[in-house]
Amino acid sequence: MQVSDTAPVASAGVALGEPGGNLMVAITATLKRDLTLMLRRRGEMLNPLVFFALVITLFPIGISPDPELLALIAPGLLWVAALLAALLSLDSLFRSDYDDGSLEQLLLAPQPLAALSLAKVAVHWLLTGLPLALMAPVLGIMLALPAGSYLILALSLALGTASLSLIGAIGAALTVGLAKGGVLLSLLVLPLYIPVLIFGTGAVQAAVFGDGVTAHLAILGALLAGALIFAPWAIAASLRISING
Amino acid sequence: MSLRLHARKLACERDDRWLFQGLDLEVRGGEIVRIEGPNGSGKTTLLKILSGQLAEYEGELFWNDTPMRQAREHFLANLLYLGHAPGVKAGLTPLENLKWYQALSGETGNETARFAALESVGLAGFEDLPAGQLSAGQQRRVALARLELTPRALWVLDEPFTAIDRDGVAALEARLVAHARAGGSVVVTTHHELAASTALRRIQLGQGDNLAGI
Repeated sequence: MQVSDTAPVASAGVALGEPGGNLMVAITATLKRDLTLMLRRRGEMLNPLVFFALVITLFPIGISPDPELLALIAPGLLWVAALLAALLSLDSLFRSDYDDGSLEQLLLAPQPLAALSLAKVAVHWLLTGLPLALMAPVLGIMLALPAGSYLILALSLALGTASLSLIGAIGAALTVGLAKGGVLLSLLVLPLYIPVLIFGTGAVQAAVFGDGVTAHLAILGALLAGALIFAPWAIAASLRISING
Repeated sequence: MSLRLHARKLACERDDRWLFQGLDLEVRGGEIVRIEGPNGSGKTTLLKILSGQLAEYEGELFWNDTPMRQAREHFLANLLYLGHAPGVKAGLTPLENLKWYQALSGETGNETARFAALESVGLAGFEDLPAGQLSAGQQRRVALARLELTPRALWVLDEPFTAIDRDGVAALEARLVAHARAGGSVVVTTHHELAASTALRRIQLGQGDNLAGI
């Protein structure tokens, strides 16, 4: 540092500023930052996908290769495995930011914390939920899932994992201050995951049996809308509590 | 508008132990306030309270005579807090780190300013290395570059001299004095002895006089 006493100090540096600034700049920068970070740690990003693929691969071996039986349980299997895969990746959502002090800075940013945490959750969904949804049809083939239900499977998972990311982020924010918050996190958010699981598998089952899927998808959409409205505030409040501890 | 951070009868309890009680404190523009005290005397906790991170305390906190709760937004727009952990992402380059911090305050900023800020903290040539490959002192310097980059009136710095070499310490000290001289204020904890200056005030923690009010 070569700052001397005589160095010109920007006079703007000491005038009191007014709150303001562009929220969109902060949100896009946070999106970009988290995406860059995750893409630079590919191994961590691939973890949930590998887990998902492994679990689904093992089931036909463990149960029976009978296509009829597999097709019957496939919607539930795919959904449960995807849910657990998404859950596994949640613990790291705020962890590294907490450890290196960025989380403190995020809380002190003169921008609404709810909006910034929503950006972080969006990245989590883009890099776990969405890939899981896209991968599920491929694994569906392995479970002899009838061909007509692939689109519904991917769609229900895409909608559902977005809710899972939002709800899970509340738990992740609450447990980020704890050294071993992983188990507690699972216990906290699993009960809240159940409605999403029920309507998610419901949609796929309905598609398999040729029933109407719109109702299930609509409810998944409603759950997502609800989560989008309430979760950001809950995440922000939880982060404040965690930092307070 | 002038700057005034003002605490009245501040008290904080941790694990059934009072860290401080009845602490009155005032920070005005042009001042460097050094919080002193042995390890575990609550310096970091006090800084976290003063920077609006901790809500579990007794007493009142005012920003420009408005209670902190109501003035929070205005306060945050004028605060630069550097904590114990430098808040530098190991996976990002110094430039990317600074860019995010600028964006957090809603500014796009420009690359030239970021390069200049990094150069001013002696990190020229390290702009595009992942911060994880830098030394602890260099990572701290990345955080300190924010002092140059983001103009804020109130600096709250928790042990900013940690891991910094001797030249860096001198430069940072000069930077603090310059900031105070220009009308800004600095609240700092450090075990490093700051050169005496008219702007410097000390607040002692972990001693009997703060506990007088029990």
